[in-house]
Amino acid sequence: MVDLSVQLGKIQLKNPVITASGTFGYGTEYSDFMDLSRIGGIIVKGTTLRERQGNPYPRMAETPSGMLNAVGLQNKGVDYFIKHIYPGIKDINTSIFVNVSGSTIEDYIQTAEKLNELEAIPGIELNISCPNVKEGGMAFGTSCLSAAQVVRSVRSVYKKELMVKLSPNVTSISEIALAVEAEGADSVSLINTLLGMAIDAERRKPILSTVTGGLSGPAVKPVALCMVWQVAKAVKIPVIGMGGIMNAQDALEFIIAGATAVQIGTANFIDPTISVKVLEGIEDYLIRHQFTSIKDITGSIQL
Amino acid sequence: MALVLFISVNYTLIIMKKFISDLIVKKNIVLNDQYFLLVLESHDPLPEMLPGQFVEVKVDNSSTTFLRRPISINFVDYHKNELWLLIQVVGDGTRKLSTLQSGDLLNIIFPLGNTFTVPENKQANILLIGGGVGIAPMLFLGSYLNDRGYQCKFLLGGRSASNLLQLEEFSKYGIVYTTTEDGSYGEKGFVTQHSALSNEKFDMIYTCGPTPMMKAISAYALQKNITCEVSLENTMACGFGACLCCVTDSIDGHVCVCTEGPVFNITKLKW
Repeated sequence: MVDLSVQLGKIQLKNPVITASGTFGYGTEYSDFMDLSRIGGIIVKGTTLRERQGNPYPRMAETPSGMLNAVGLQNKGVDYFIKHIYPGIKDINTSIFVNVSGSTIEDYIQTAEKLNELEAIPGIELNISCPNVKEGGMAFGTSCLSAAQVVRSVRSVYKKELMVKLSPNVTSISEIALAVEAEGADSVSLINTLLGMAIDAERRKPILSTVTGGLSGPAVKPVALCMVWQVAKAVKIPVIGMGGIMNAQDALEFIIAGATAVQIGTANFIDPTISVKVLEGIEDYLIRHQFTSIKDITGSIQL
Repeated sequence: MALVLFISVNYTLIIMKKFISDLIVKKNIVLNDQYFLLVLESHDPLPEMLPGQFVEVKVDNSSTTFLRRPISINFVDYHKNELWLLIQVVGDGTRKLSTLQSGDLLNIIFPLGNTFTVPENKQANILLIGGGVGIAPMLFLGSYLNDRGYQCKFLLGGRSASNLLQLEEFSKYGIVYTTTEDGSYGEKGFVTQHSALSNEKFDMIYTCGPTPMMKAISAYALQKNITCEVSLENTMACGFGACLCCVTDSIDGHVCVCTEGPVFNITKLKW
């Protein structure tokens, strides 16, 4: 047996495979397809203080080896989550994180405070990198100053695992990572989607209602891998890598580059069982290379 | 068995176990230069499916197609263990699917989405209106209603005679009215101009087709005070409520077409 468990700051995950926010609903959408307790963690849909209707349709455009989305954080708000969704997911035997977004620092603080009370939620992923909302979101994550400010504020009220999700739409992602680490982030997850757009040439109109959206899928993987490698070298806290992971091979590349754990996102749409397959593939790899623990290969890139 | 949950007065959520399966292509029948019919068969007995529901089809070996394609269920033959998909070639994904051959495997996630509401009154005068590829769910719905003792009428429209598909199949389950834009078959014009709409009194209308057609039918139904359900088509990433990409604007805000639909009562939509 190989040891697949990983330590993410304050908490231990049973394995390094986590499903990414916005691609896995609240987990229950996938329960017909797989045993949710197999995976290391689930990060549920981006949650805000108040209900958000999200952006108008069309919100999605398929692109070569990827997709653009502009969902815009549609959700019913944190109180609805606590009252109506949390009771139905709290007994899933895996680590459940809530992705938190806000328009103002006060929004982030209040949402985090409410979630701090939930026993079965061991941590939150602070989304300071959503490219699809006008105010807040990515605006916080693209300067060291504002990223530090929001993390500092949330850290003061949120006592459990604080994972901060970083935007790739910056000049130096390592500097942002260092800034949030200095304010007490327990881990960083990256990358959120890359800002992109698509045009319908026949109509000379943008495909997305918001004109621009966030690019995900295998098209972004080399960019994501590079950023994970850079950030893992820069910070001491664990790095959770994501961006276009479609199979175990992709996940292993991120781990070897320095990621303690990985998130599976867009691939869930095409194969709803992919997270379990990635996990099995990682285990096979460790056995084949005679490693006894996933930790033996974390950041093991041979330069 | 399907568990039908009435979560609110506005939406009927159908909770049915979803499957991911490799089905075998039994036949790929070219219907005209745009349309083809995939007859799929399953080794295992097919699960119960309801009219209006759809499948998410995986498209292999297409460099430009990344996501699955939502395709509505055209017909289910539980005795032969067959599932039919009527597909229009619109882009690279559907073009790739059109090249499937007997014996190929097709990976699908199914059954997805909700279903049409069956009228309480067995004597109801029911009209099923289909335009273009929108005729696909109407065949399954017609056979389903017919099996349960309802009398259906179909109104099918196309640009010309060659675009009117599966007429023989439809005629097994009820009277078929047709329109063509060029007058090459049936009445000339759009489905909304067919004489049956002015000559008869309908109690229930189901429709699927191009949005302008469905909007025109909705307006007719509202004016005549006829209960009307439409089946919507939107681009989707997942098909089972995880991505929130396929929303439509309803009186309750943005709702996912893949889970709260694809079938909607017209009074719930903000058109």
